[in-house]
Amino acid sequence: MNAIVISAIWGVVMMFSGAFSKSNATARNLSVIGILLLFAVNLLELYGTRLFDVNTTGMLAFDNFGLLFNTFAIGCTAVYFLLNGRDMEKVGLHVAEYYALIFFVLAGIFISSSFSSLLLLFLGIEIISIPLYILTGTDKRNLKSNEASLKYFLMGSFSTGIMLMGICLIYGAKGTFNIEQIALGTTALTPMIGAGLLLLMFSMAFKVSAAPFHFWTPDVYDGAPTVFTSFMATIVKAGLFIAFIRLFESAFETMHPQWQTLIAIITAATLIIGNLTAVFQQSVKRMLAYSSIAQAGFMLFALVAMNGIGREGLLYYTLAYSVPTIGIFAILVRMKDYTFEGFNGLAKHQPVLAAVTTIFLLSLAGIPATAGFMGKFYMLSAAIQNGHVMWLVIVGILCAAISVYYYFRVIQAMYFKDGEPRELETSGFHKGLLVLMAAFVVFIGIFPQWVIQMLYDFIF
Amino acid sequence: MIPVLLIVIPLLSGLATFLIKQEKGAKTWSLFSSLITLVISVLGITVVKDQSALSANLEWLPMLGSSFAVTLDGMGQILCLLTAVAFPMIFGATWNATYKNAKNFYALMLLSQAGLMGVFLAYDALLFYFFWELALIPAYFLCSQWGGEKRIAVTMKFFIYTFVGSLFMLIGIIYVYFHTPGQSFALEDFYKAALSPKEQDWLFWLFFIAFAVKMPIFPLHTWQPDTYEQSPTATTMVLSGVMVKMGLLGVIRWLAPVLPMATWQQGDTVGLLCVIGMIYASILAMQQDDLKRLIAYSSIAHVGLMCLAIFVTSEKGMQGVMIQMFNHGINVIGLWIVVELIERQFKTRKISELGGLAQKAPALAILLVVVALANVALPLTNAFIGEFLLFTGVFTSSVSKMGPVFTAVAALSIILSAVYTLNMIQRVFYGNTNQLTANARDIRPNEKLVLGILVVAILVIGVYPKPFLELTQGTVDAIMSKMIIKHPI
Repeated sequence: MNAIVISAIWGVVMMFSGAFSKSNATARNLSVIGILLLFAVNLLELYGTRLFDVNTTGMLAFDNFGLLFNTFAIGCTAVYFLLNGRDMEKVGLHVAEYYALIFFVLAGIFISSSFSSLLLLFLGIEIISIPLYILTGTDKRNLKSNEASLKYFLMGSFSTGIMLMGICLIYGAKGTFNIEQIALGTTALTPMIGAGLLLLMFSMAFKVSAAPFHFWTPDVYDGAPTVFTSFMATIVKAGLFIAFIRLFESAFETMHPQWQTLIAIITAATLIIGNLTAVFQQSVKRMLAYSSIAQAGFMLFALVAMNGIGREGLLYYTLAYSVPTIGIFAILVRMKDYTFEGFNGLAKHQPVLAAVTTIFLLSLAGIPATAGFMGKFYMLSAAIQNGHVMWLVIVGILCAAISVYYYFRVIQAMYFKDGEPRELETSGFHKGLLVLMAAFVVFIGIFPQWVIQMLYDFIF
Repeated sequence: MIPVLLIVIPLLSGLATFLIKQEKGAKTWSLFSSLITLVISVLGITVVKDQSALSANLEWLPMLGSSFAVTLDGMGQILCLLTAVAFPMIFGATWNATYKNAKNFYALMLLSQAGLMGVFLAYDALLFYFFWELALIPAYFLCSQWGGEKRIAVTMKFFIYTFVGSLFMLIGIIYVYFHTPGQSFALEDFYKAALSPKEQDWLFWLFFIAFAVKMPIFPLHTWQPDTYEQSPTATTMVLSGVMVKMGLLGVIRWLAPVLPMATWQQGDTVGLLCVIGMIYASILAMQQDDLKRLIAYSSIAHVGLMCLAIFVTSEKGMQGVMIQMFNHGINVIGLWIVVELIERQFKTRKISELGGLAQKAPALAILLVVVALANVALPLTNAFIGEFLLFTGVFTSSVSKMGPVFTAVAALSIILSAVYTLNMIQRVFYGNTNQLTANARDIRPNEKLVLGILVVAILVIGVYPKPFLELTQGTVDAIMSKMIIKHPI
């Protein structure tokens, strides 16, 4: 509750700050204060201190799983603010509002990580989505950005409609919105529950950009200002995954055997389509968009397996995927040319940037000694322990090998090809932060104990 | 303590090398570091007899049942010694070569040494996988940055091949992990894993593909000649001298004793692949005009024989594999050094463009002839004892019904090996000089020293192999007992 209230309040504070002060620095500093405050109050709640005692009549339930996820999400957002604050200012004039929208998105994410009623799920997802539609279109003079925003809005609205329909059907069948009660006594799929489940699954698959509902992703990610793509592809996506797993684990776990195959097929399609199309991209930004679809495929393993390791792993994956992706996007923002050729010779020109990019890419590819490896390890373990989806594990492995091809294209461009990359000036602070992030990625790759211990302490 | 040092010294000195500005400094530092590693490795074999000093078990991921467990057993000793010997040799032999961004080159070389040591020492499956991949990453960068013209595409192929193999192995490791008592990654627990014959059967292939790619075994070998050809020769030496042993070690330590029933079951199938590969590679080697490709194919044939001997499961064969892993490493590094010296002087590796070198570079010729004859396993050279044991093992195997057939066919590859090796010597070193080789000079003292040491090692082991055989006897017994206990008959 702490995090939801504070993030909503801070969103309003940011809007007012925009009205009273035109200084970008004020907005930037206020947002950093806000995110640190958010981090603190969320930690307080994780350790048992609730600042707000609101009776949610059972519509929200705060468990450690959700709170721990919130902690990771807030941490990543803090890094994101520090790293991308100045780049956000280049997008347009209403900087404070951008921050405000991001705080609202965070509020939506916190609701999605702790809902226990379908109504609140709907509300949470909408609170996430609407600010994102706006953020996508913030680069007003850029036609691609406008198009992306409209496309995202239209498609998003359809998926919202589908979700509502699903919720209605479930309500019709069970007479309740509460996800725990929906599960009670339900072991067989009646036509109405089945249809409701399908519609919910499809709408959630749309939100996390799982195939075949992924078509909006590359255009939206490509069209949106890069700083916001970075946020959408990481923290938001992870938040939606938490909502997805929370919903299906609480409401439909008893029917897991019946929908497991379907979600496994969606996972396989996501992995295959995401990875294969990423191979053919000419722009690093689009490649990252497709690769984020591919990474979603790996995260879906948690849902397919539906076991303890998967849940744990999803939290780990949140960190292991978000930190490197935020890092890569922060470097991408600094490049004037987003094509692979734009990265040619970066290693000679900017050895530090090239080195951290390499570490981030190795992590995304899942190479040992980086965080990404432990993430993949967890997801594979979950699926293997489940035992019924070995074919999917093989598909995942082959796709991971394909991913090496496109991630390493960037490394090849930076280290093995000659060129004169054009990039914006990178400050020492930026470089320092990126190096710290890279060190973090390696650290939790070699000593994952620290994160795993936290998972065990709070979840079990 | 010793195994930890063997990993940590090259790791830290490798990282430190990134910071050294001058080429000379980086070179000296790397040579120094590799010599220290060599000293420790020799100490670990000769002086230190205390078991507690030869193994370490540090806490790493207790939640997952994985620990930093490293042990220097007989096989580990012989392979760590090979790794420790190889690197100073390589640094010494390439002392006169210049690399752009030398500090990065030497740093990556040392990091790959750390990875290799880790693979040879790990007694924990997750740790093993960790090092397995870590050895690969520096190799990727070394080949891609300092290699030949087609280096980028070729290295990508190499990387994807091995990466896919490794990931299959990862599935296998995780699956076995869930079937160990108490869910642990420790080697001992892996040996106790409760796996049905059917499970063993498909797990076998998951592991085997990873190891087969690395060795490489037909038909997963196609990355190898290209990569050896395109890599800088120093890296090729690491790849073929040491890195292929990762695959053999994987089979001996992580495959055969963990999945003994499947190993019995699939032994002949794998044996067949090995034999096909040996003949096929030998025939291709005969056709090559490029020295590097010739040695690459010859290496496929030699490793194929070692793999065959593991899968027919006989004690002699296993003993042969142990000593031959070391011998093959020494011999093939010797050959690569000669190629490197030739290429650096004449800017070509084409056999058809060379000739008459023996007149101009007698020292090189003499040293090469010894190394080449060792490669053909002439008696009194090191490889003779190895191949003798290997063939005896395959022929007398009580497990494989195909033993004699395999021996007969495999022996053909020895004849072919003599044909292409002697042919190579004749065409490169004898006959008349041509325009290119007319003004050839002999090798420098440091190069003479390195090749000389190799030749001495070849002859010493060839004449008196007993200490080496004794070194690995314990490991061989342990593995054989694990495999035989579960013999279905």
